[in-house]
Amino acid sequence: MTRRRAALFVRIAVLAGSVLLLEICCRTGIIDPLTIIPPSDMVASMIDRIGSGELNDSIASTFSTIVLAFVLAIGLGTLAGALLHRSSRLRDVVDPLLASYYSVPTFIFYPLLVALLGLGKAPLVVLGVLSAAPAVIISTLSGLDSVSPVLLKLARVHRLSPARTLRWIVLPAALPRLFSGFKLALSYALIGVIAGEFILSGTGLGYAISFAYQSFDNRAMYGLMLFVLLIAVFANGILYVWEGRLARRRSSG
Amino acid sequence: MNEPSHVALNEVVRHYDGPPAVHALGPIDLAIPRGEFFSIVGPSGCGKSTLLDVLSGLSRPTSGSVQFEGRELHGEVPDGIGVVFQEDASLPWLTVRQNVGFGLRTSHLSEKEVAERVDHAVSFMGLAQFADHYPAQLSGGMRQRVCIARTLVLQPRLILLDEPFGALDQQTRLLMGDELLRLWRETGATVLLITHALDEAAMLSDRVGVMSARPGRFIDMVETGWPRERDSRIVSDPNFGTLTARLWTSLREESLKTMGRAA
Repeated sequence: MTRRRAALFVRIAVLAGSVLLLEICCRTGIIDPLTIIPPSDMVASMIDRIGSGELNDSIASTFSTIVLAFVLAIGLGTLAGALLHRSSRLRDVVDPLLASYYSVPTFIFYPLLVALLGLGKAPLVVLGVLSAAPAVIISTLSGLDSVSPVLLKLARVHRLSPARTLRWIVLPAALPRLFSGFKLALSYALIGVIAGEFILSGTGLGYAISFAYQSFDNRAMYGLMLFVLLIAVFANGILYVWEGRLARRRSSG
Repeated sequence: MNEPSHVALNEVVRHYDGPPAVHALGPIDLAIPRGEFFSIVGPSGCGKSTLLDVLSGLSRPTSGSVQFEGRELHGEVPDGIGVVFQEDASLPWLTVRQNVGFGLRTSHLSEKEVAERVDHAVSFMGLAQFADHYPAQLSGGMRQRVCIARTLVLQPRLILLDEPFGALDQQTRLLMGDELLRLWRETGATVLLITHALDEAAMLSDRVGVMSARPGRFIDMVETGWPRERDSRIVSDPNFGTLTARLWTSLREESLKTMGRAA
C-alpha cells in the first residue's frame, strides 16, 4: 500500500511538474504563445467556453453519441464474443482477423460512412462502435475462456438452468476480463466519435476544436482540448475505481 | 433392509468417441451399502474421474446403468448427491458464507432455515472466523473446506469426492481426512472417495476398490475392518501397514502398465 501510495505521489508530482514547466516556458516567452498558451489560460478559457453555454448543444451531442456507441459496442461485442465462443470453427476463421483489426485505421472509412449514412449522428456512432466493439469481442472471448471447467461442472451438480449458470457462474467468473474490455471500449468510443467529428462532422466538441483550429482561435482550441482530456480521464477514472473495488475482493490482503 | 444398496453400478461401460476413441471404463459392477465409506484407488488415467462423473449423473454410461436409492440416473445429478471436486471450485467473487450458501440459492427453504444451515456447515468445517473472507484470502486447504461445506448444506445422502485433497500437503491431508471421517460419522451419509493416495484410502475407508489401468475395472476389493470411531492416529496400527502394502501389491502391476503406456 505504501508503495502504491509512493507511485501515486510520484505520478502527481511528475504531472504537476510538467504543467508548471509548461506554464513557466509560456510565460517567459521560451514557447511562443501562438504555439501553446499557458496552462492557466487553458483552464480560464475552458471555464469561459463551457460556462458561456454556447457549447451546451455540442457537448450534449458529443457525449450522447459516445454513450450510444459505447453501449452498442458493449452489447454487440459481448453478443458476438459469446457466439464466437460457442462456435470453435467460426472462431478459427475470425481469430486472426480480430488480432489484426486494430492495425486498420478505421477512420479512412468515414467518407464511405457519410456517403452511406449521411452527415448526422449515425456515421459517428458507427465509427465509435467500429473502434470499440472488437475490444469487447476480444475481452469477452478471453473472459469466457477464463471460466474454469470445474465451475461449469459445479453448475451442473447444482442443476442450474442455463440462464442461472450464466448469471451466477459465467458472468461473475468472466467479469474481470470483460471489464478490461469495457474500459478499452470507452476509450475507443471516445476517440472514434471525437475524431470523427474532427474530420468531417458539423457538430460536436471535435468539430468545435477543429473549427477553433481553422480560425486560429488558439485560446478556444486549447480550452476545449483540455475539457475533452479531463472528461476522458474522469470517465476512465470511474471505471478504474469500480474495477478496483471488484478486484480487491478477489485478491488476497 | 428392503434396500439392497445405496448406490449400484450394473455393467457400466464408458467409451469416449474419438478421435482417438477411448474405452475409458468398465465393465464395472459395484454395490455400496448405505452409510459405507468406500474409496477407489487406481493408477493415473484409469478412469477414476470418469467413474465419478457417471456415478454422480454428470455423464451417462455408454452402456449399463447406475442406480441411486433404487432409481436409475439419467444424465442429471439427482437430489441427495453432493460432489466435491479435485480442483478449487470455490467462487472467488463470493465470501465464504455466500459460497457455502450458494448450494441453497435454488432451494425453497425460508431465509432463516438457509442461514441456520449455512452457519452450521460453516462452523462444522471450522470456518466460522473466516465467514466473511473471500477465497483468495484463504489457504488451499481452507478453500477445499469451503467446497465441502457448500456440499454439506445440501444435506446429501451420498457424498462423492474426487481427489479432494490432491493439491494439499501431507499434514493438511491427514487433518482433512479426520474432518471427513467426522463428517461421515455425524451425517450418516454414504461417502465415496476417489484418491491416488493409498495411505489415505487405507486410513479412511471401510472398503477400498482397486482399479486396473485403462479401461478401468475393479481388480481387488479390500475390507479394512476399522471401527466406525477412528481417526488419523490409526496410521500407527500394524494393520494400517498391512492394508497399504496389500493395496500397493494389487496396484503395482497396473501402475507399471500406465507408465509403459506413457513412455
